[in-house]
Amino acid sequence: MKSRENLIQFGLLIIALSTIVILLLIALFILKEGLPIILRVGIKGFICSTHWSPQQGQFGILAMIIGTAWITAGAILVSLPLSLSCAIYLSEFSTPKVRGTLKPIIELLAGIPSVVYGFMGMVILFPLIRNYLGGAGPSILTASVILGIMILPTITSIAIDSLQAVPHSYREGSLSLGATRWQTIRMVILPAAKTGILSGIILGIGRAVGETMAVIMIAGNSVIIPKSLLDPVRTLTANIALEMNYATGDHRQALFATGIVLFITIIILNIIAHTIARGGVEK
Amino acid sequence: MEDKIIIKDLNLYFDTHHVLKSINLNIKANEILSIIGPANSGKTSFLRTLNRLNDITSAVKISGEILLDGMDIYKKGISLPWLRRKVGMVFALPVPLPRSIFENIVYGPRLNGVTSKDRLEELVEKTLKSAFLWDEVKDRLHTSGTKLSGGQQQRLCIARSLALEPEVILLDEPCSGLDPLSTSKIEEALYELKKQYTIVLVTNNTKQAARVGDNVAFFLMGDMIEYGSSEHIFTVPNDKRTEDYITGRFG
Ligand SMILES: Nc1ncnc2c1ncn2[C@@H]1O[C@H](COP(=O)(O)OP(=O)(O)OP(=O)(O)O)[C@@H](O)[C@H]1O
Ligand SMILES: [Mg+2]
Repeated sequence: MKSRENLIQFGLLIIALSTIVILLLIALFILKEGLPIILRVGIKGFICSTHWSPQQGQFGILAMIIGTAWITAGAILVSLPLSLSCAIYLSEFSTPKVRGTLKPIIELLAGIPSVVYGFMGMVILFPLIRNYLGGAGPSILTASVILGIMILPTITSIAIDSLQAVPHSYREGSLSLGATRWQTIRMVILPAAKTGILSGIILGIGRAVGETMAVIMIAGNSVIIPKSLLDPVRTLTANIALEMNYATGDHRQALFATGIVLFITIIILNIIAHTIARGGVEK
Repeated sequence: MEDKIIIKDLNLYFDTHHVLKSINLNIKANEILSIIGPANSGKTSFLRTLNRLNDITSAVKISGEILLDGMDIYKKGISLPWLRRKVGMVFALPVPLPRSIFENIVYGPRLNGVTSKDRLEELVEKTLKSAFLWDEVKDRLHTSGTKLSGGQQQRLCIARSLALEPEVILLDEPCSGLDPLSTSKIEEALYELKKQYTIVLVTNNTKQAARVGDNVAFFLMGDMIEYGSSEHIFTVPNDKRTEDYITGRFG
């Protein structure tokens, strides 16, 4: 009996290890393909140059980094007020029944394929922005709004969980000291849920940085340093997806190197999110 | 003595669960009323009707009247923060807010518009003294309130409810889980406090009710079975069920 359990345990260990090995192999593969060009051009030449013309052998991805940063920041700006209000309402004001119905629906939003979001951006936002704000339609603004909606479920759902995790006794304690519900939320519940909400935001940033399909459809993909929110930009992910098909040699390596930058960014974001979450639990 | 709170035909339901059944009770000013009864008899629910804390539960239904100084606290237009400042509450499990000792006490007064630093410091000292906690914490007022011992946390919770300068204080088993020394400190505090406040004390400990209560109400399954002075109830109770409960022969 004992030995059989040991066997099962051993099997599970192998499976667990193999997922880690797969992850390592991916990382190694990307590094092997991408590192040589970074070493040749220099980290500075690669990350801090705005010239991206593979035909001329120029591989600077700064424009794409800036594009990604703008769109991500915009997405958070769009998403945060909505997701926080939504989470506060569902956690603090709605009945358990309403919360139990609406939360899964919001989480369902995360399951809609990103191409559908991109499509919605093209049909709904392009004309709106063209008619009321000018420009062609594809822009930082469009991408920010759509990405902001795409990361809503992530942030909202984590924020609801963090708010619900605040001990009920804090609410009752505050209310019985003569605080209004809103004062209780502002002064006791939000501060207590802060770390959880923050890690939710960081996971949302991670999602926005990594999103590809919708962004390709609505961000415009021009390799330029944007001067306004209505300018089209290209993100790091879009760069890889758009050019990988036909890239060879140095060009191909440069795309892998773009992947390295993304990989590292996402890993850092995840580490931050986990550190924050862990700090929150200890408190 | 005059009646501070008059409860008329109070009924409370959680959904269809009838938790308080037609309670009639007068609570006199400057007395300690202890409420005793076995688990699930509705003691906590009763206490929470007095500062309308049950209202935050969505499924609750309440009928009847509760008059505080003659005013119906369930009347439309009553401000809940105002009511809860008048009727303070101390819970069974002491839970200070995740802030310093000082901030826990000034939390309520600040929300009520007290901003003067002198006044706040004065309040902190006064209330901690009334709760018999001052000597133990006066050198660490700015450390976290959650780091105190259980008994100290409970006294901090008493102090913070005093800081609102309430008229009535509700205490829900404030000594459950405390050692005899902390318990006697809290009882000592209550004895002093009743000079200024009206106190309603829910307790599982009949000896405590006998020690500190002026009057005692015995609750059972949502009914108030008997009400009377401590001496009377603990010596010659009228009802057989009361006698069974206080002699420990219950259920
Ligand atoms: N928020 C609530 N929602 C639904 N039912 C509740 C709620 N609070 C209390 N009850 C029910 O009301 C009844 C009385 O509970 P209450 O807490 O008032 O009893 P108690 O006398 O304080 O018991 P104890 O001595 O164990 O503290 C219980 O059957 C309980 O299940
Ligand atoms: Mg109780």
